[in-house]
Amino acid sequence: MLTNEEVAKDLIRKFGEEVYDFDEPFGLLTLSTSREKLIPILQHLKDHAVYQINFLTDICAVHYPDDPNPAREFCVVYHLHSLVNNFRVRIKVFLAEADLHLPTAITLYASANWMERETYDFFGIIFDGHPNLIRILNMEDMDYFPMRKEYPLEDPTREDKIDALFGR
Amino acid sequence: MNTVLDISNKNIPGSDVPAQSEGPIQYVNELTTLNLGPTHPATHGIFQNILQMDGEKIVSAEQTVGYIHRAFEKIAERRPFYQITTLTDRMNYCSSPINNMGWLMTVEKLLGITVPKRAQYIRVIMMELARIADHLICNGILGVDTGAFTGFLYLFQERENIYEIYEEVCGARLTTNMGRIGGMERDLSPEAIRKIRAFIKRFPAVMQEFEKMFNRNRIFMDRVVDVGPISAERALSYGFTGPNLRAAGVDYDVRVMNPYSSYEDFEFDIPVGKSGDTYDRFMVRNEEIWQSLRIIEQAIENLPEGSYYADAPEYYLPPKQEVYKNMEALIYHFKIIMGEIDAPAGEVYHAVEGGNGELGFYLISDGGRAPYRLHFRRPCFIYYQAFPEMCKGTTLSDAIVIMSSLNVIAGELDA
Repeated sequence: MLTNEEVAKDLIRKFGEEVYDFDEPFGLLTLSTSREKLIPILQHLKDHAVYQINFLTDICAVHYPDDPNPAREFCVVYHLHSLVNNFRVRIKVFLAEADLHLPTAITLYASANWMERETYDFFGIIFDGHPNLIRILNMEDMDYFPMRKEYPLEDPTREDKIDALFGR
Repeated sequence: MNTVLDISNKNIPGSDVPAQSEGPIQYVNELTTLNLGPTHPATHGIFQNILQMDGEKIVSAEQTVGYIHRAFEKIAERRPFYQITTLTDRMNYCSSPINNMGWLMTVEKLLGITVPKRAQYIRVIMMELARIADHLICNGILGVDTGAFTGFLYLFQERENIYEIYEEVCGARLTTNMGRIGGMERDLSPEAIRKIRAFIKRFPAVMQEFEKMFNRNRIFMDRVVDVGPISAERALSYGFTGPNLRAAGVDYDVRVMNPYSSYEDFEFDIPVGKSGDTYDRFMVRNEEIWQSLRIIEQAIENLPEGSYYADAPEYYLPPKQEVYKNMEALIYHFKIIMGEIDAPAGEVYHAVEGGNGELGFYLISDGGRAPYRLHFRRPCFIYYQAFPEMCKGTTLSDAIVIMSSLNVIAGELDA
């Protein structure tokens, strides 16, 4: 049975200062890393003889426009799973809005292709090295990234819209 | 405990030579572009594939998805938690209860609510009924795509019976909105229990007839054996989960690996295939239907007594009679309906075994009334990208069968 401490210690031994912000919300090992170390970490976890964390569950992004640190405005979250050890790990990379570049994970996981396209489609994260980084769920001539927080849904309490005229 | 069941047997009865003589692909070096979809009766959903055909063989497929994208993740950022259940219905609409329960369990995990055993068992029954309905549609339609309409019609009668059970439990048929945060909206009525028992009794004969018609049928096997195989390694790389991954020989099932909602109480097998071809996917789904039936039998026989909802007044609506008489109940009722309850901050990932694989919910709460961010891990979306690789070098009719056996649901894919 693989424990969070064991994997965390191994990652710190291997990557030192490059892995930080360790946490385990609801028992799931969570850590942050830099853009440069992302692919080496994924590679290390995948090739590790014991851990075999070789299943990419999901990639998604989160937008934090209110974060005081502009270098942490965007976060890309990778969920990985070891089917052998039944061990999950969540890896986060924080990015600044001015520089939304990340290396692609397609070289490691074929499934990353559409996940990265979806992340690009909704947040505008650019995955360098991706063979076909175009929108996937939205239409191609859309000129904004709709899941960012600056595009709010309609406010249900707004008063300029008259129910009698527009319905509810 | 739960064991792994090998269901692969590909000896086509009555034939020593394979009916299809598959040599190396012969290209005539003249490509035809064929538009398969977006609306095509055999794609069972709105997908477009621009196929490059060389004679009868498919050289490449370019996929376009997103035709019914409804921005659920964005909508969810403005909604109180209980209103998001209705969004999950509309993802995999062939097995809505599984989506509902998966979402409710995610919220309960965040809120720290423990659901009573009885509610957990009711949920298991409903989820397994949904799995049966999901697999029935997939396998029935696979039959239709290979030219056998009869089996589909037989199975649809049983699906109708499952939908009647849904009606009895939650009042709806397709978009169920079943369950509430903290439990179920009502207890299983005697009529619902009667219908479930009747279903358990009647269904095996229908299923046996269906299997008799297909499993060792020469015509059917010629169409599906060795069509669209995928190796376990490629399937894992492509993020396959659920029956499609198990058909490739990997015994990963969320219900066993990370049991939720008391799945650890039940005994069932995980069927696995060998080569991950269309026949294996078909057989794995058939066997899973039997295993689901086993789980339902065990759950209904051992249905625990007790409450069907947790003691979570801030999230679970009080009985209507109480609202009229009791001040506290009135306040909670108002606050829940108006979505004025703040959830604790935190981030949680919860996965359930959906009809098509690992259905995950990644929920980030910042302490507000609605999720700060909600991401659905939709199994269809992730494995559908393997389709071009799987149908390369096959004919158009095989591509239809492969797509059908992958059970790609447009609503889940596009979310």
